[in-house]
Amino acid sequence: MNQDNTRDAQWRVALRNAKTAKDRSATPRVVMPQLQPDYRVTCNEEVNQGLSAEQALLEASRCLDCPDPQCMQGCPVAVNIPGFIKNVERGEFLEAAAVLKNTSALPAVCGRVCPQEKQCESRCIYNKMKKAPVAIGYLERFAADYERMERAAHPVEVKRPESNGIKIAVVGSGPAGLSFAGDMIKRGYEVTVYEALHEIGGVLKYGIPEFRLPNSVVEAEIDGLRALGVDFVKDCVVGKTLSYDDLHAMGYRGIFVASGAGLPRFMGIPGENLIGVMSSNEYLTRINLMGAGRPGEDTPVLKGHRVAVIGGGNTAMDSVRTARRQGAEAMIVYRRSEAEMPARIEEVEHAKEEGVQFMTLCNPTEYLADEHGRIRAMKIQRMELGEPDESGRRSPQPIPGAIEEIPVDLAIVSVGVSPNPLIPNAITDLEISRRGTIVVNEETMKSSLDDLYAGGDIVRGGATVILAMGDGRRAAASMHEALSK
Amino acid sequence: MNKIVSKEHFSEHVVKLVVEAPMIARSRRAGHFVIVRAGEGGERIPLTIADSDIERGTITLIIQEVGVSTRKICALEPGEFLTDVVGPLGQATHIEKVGTVVCCGGGVGVAPLLPIIKAMKQAGNRVISILAARTADLVILEDEVAQYSDEVIVMTDDGSAGRKGLVTAGVESVIEREKVDLVVAIGPAVMMKFVALTTKKYDVPTMCSLNTIMVDGTGMCGACRVTVDGKTKFVCIDGPEFDAHKVDFDEMMMRLKSYNIENQQK
Repeated sequence: MNQDNTRDAQWRVALRNAKTAKDRSATPRVVMPQLQPDYRVTCNEEVNQGLSAEQALLEASRCLDCPDPQCMQGCPVAVNIPGFIKNVERGEFLEAAAVLKNTSALPAVCGRVCPQEKQCESRCIYNKMKKAPVAIGYLERFAADYERMERAAHPVEVKRPESNGIKIAVVGSGPAGLSFAGDMIKRGYEVTVYEALHEIGGVLKYGIPEFRLPNSVVEAEIDGLRALGVDFVKDCVVGKTLSYDDLHAMGYRGIFVASGAGLPRFMGIPGENLIGVMSSNEYLTRINLMGAGRPGEDTPVLKGHRVAVIGGGNTAMDSVRTARRQGAEAMIVYRRSEAEMPARIEEVEHAKEEGVQFMTLCNPTEYLADEHGRIRAMKIQRMELGEPDESGRRSPQPIPGAIEEIPVDLAIVSVGVSPNPLIPNAITDLEISRRGTIVVNEETMKSSLDDLYAGGDIVRGGATVILAMGDGRRAAASMHEALSK
Repeated sequence: MNKIVSKEHFSEHVVKLVVEAPMIARSRRAGHFVIVRAGEGGERIPLTIADSDIERGTITLIIQEVGVSTRKICALEPGEFLTDVVGPLGQATHIEKVGTVVCCGGGVGVAPLLPIIKAMKQAGNRVISILAARTADLVILEDEVAQYSDEVIVMTDDGSAGRKGLVTAGVESVIEREKVDLVVAIGPAVMMKFVALTTKKYDVPTMCSLNTIMVDGTGMCGACRVTVDGKTKFVCIDGPEFDAHKVDFDEMMMRLKSYNIENQQK
């Protein structure tokens, strides 16, 4: 596959001329079919059901195939967006998926979890025309899902790329590690991915819940890499089980570190170590990775009747929506206003539909215990917005005296993470920033050590799946170049 | 999957397992722990490594049955497998020659203490080991400890072995008798708390090794957090060893009960 997909390709010119821009722009944006809120809080099923082929064809026809597509500028990995959308429009769904895979290793994942409204879709020409942008994310997901289902229905024997005999180690099996591994195996390297946990997939497994990203989608990607010859080793902590020197002794000539953002942050307020106050990482890991609360699973989790999730990011939304699915009354407590929330708008909307309360401009100041040391209430300080701070967001200021106590029996702290210190602590000569991230050249992703590259949250401190994936791809390209010399 | 090579019962509820884990056997040091999972639906639980054999590629774990997961692990027989063993995790014990070291182990806490006793002795220290248990049956590893100790004092609550009394009485008797440069205490939180209170009176530096609730064991979840010197620390990456005089044991004991209600429902 991968035919001529340029804008001047004959088929594309014909397609462009087949419908007028006026007709295209008159079509309303597709609405994603969703499970009903009252049903979805009873289960873990994926909320967004995906577009039908008819919906995808129509939505793809909305794209004007701009001569200078701004959407691509909005994409951190510059996916050939019109190239894949026009393939959807002409019904070549597999070719659309192939175009996506040229630049994005995990389109089925990105189609689901990328903040398209802040990236590609925010640059769509339709915004200037005061119309809803083309649903690029939905179409990406559609093409990737179509391809995955085709692959499952009609398996073809995967041809393993011919090996060049050069061994490469990848540390961490999250989005950065997986995309790097995919690119390197295709270039002929012998790739081994080391994962500390007992499951492959990193944050895609332990962090993002099934209702937003089903494990089967992630598994299919991992199986695809396995079929190409990527070797996965779980339960192995590089820096502990195997040292940097061990990796050299084992013959690895390049190492890509994508060990992620470990260390949950807490706020340092009284009562934070009470029973029933935990990080979102702990809460989500117990439920997503360990299956807490499901039959046959030994790991317990505190369910709570009235749960407060502190924070306004995607992880906070994942936690609060998970709490609803655990049967609790759940609320978001966020110190700024809703407009400043870093979470995706879709996640905020879904949370609201599911009955999550939003207590914005509220900052917790203390957690209060019962006689057993379990949280029974929290004190919150009401806030108001002041002047914009260095991040451009209006900084919240406490309203003097406006402190109240609200009853809660579980508080989930989701105010960010710090980089995982395992690798930075284990490799002595590696240059580490003051924030604890690995310092790399932004173009090559190479660290201060010649054979060690890094990407994802261990470099960025906390970013998105697509940025992590982009790092993996860039690192693969530059490591390949260095090793080819 | 890690194969169980051999199994020995120390008492009804305390089992020693020798487990195949060649990479861990090679890289582990005194003080390190592993996270273990038994069965596909198993919990991840931390266990300190009691010993290792690089040539045979094995590590030794000593487990006390206290709940669902430890019961599953203790029920495994040689030839069967642990589903996952990952490590070595945590910071290794800081070993140096300081003079006289008193190593106190409470109950199954003697297991993680053994490699420290060994390393302290090999570093040239005078090592006095105090093994404390409720009753004679629960005193473990006495011979192994004796091999690396200048003196072994056994203390039991009921006097069925060694001297009758608590571990603190043993520690105090040594401190009053001779100059002690360091005390290492490993055992139940309440035991470490009282050893720390005792040695604090005499101003003897004291180190403890904490066994808190963990999930991933690599710094990701924060379930293991404790307050040390007023600051929140993660046992899995900052520990498991801390200055016992600075640990908030009351908070730690409270947090150990986090899942008591949930676990009783099983």
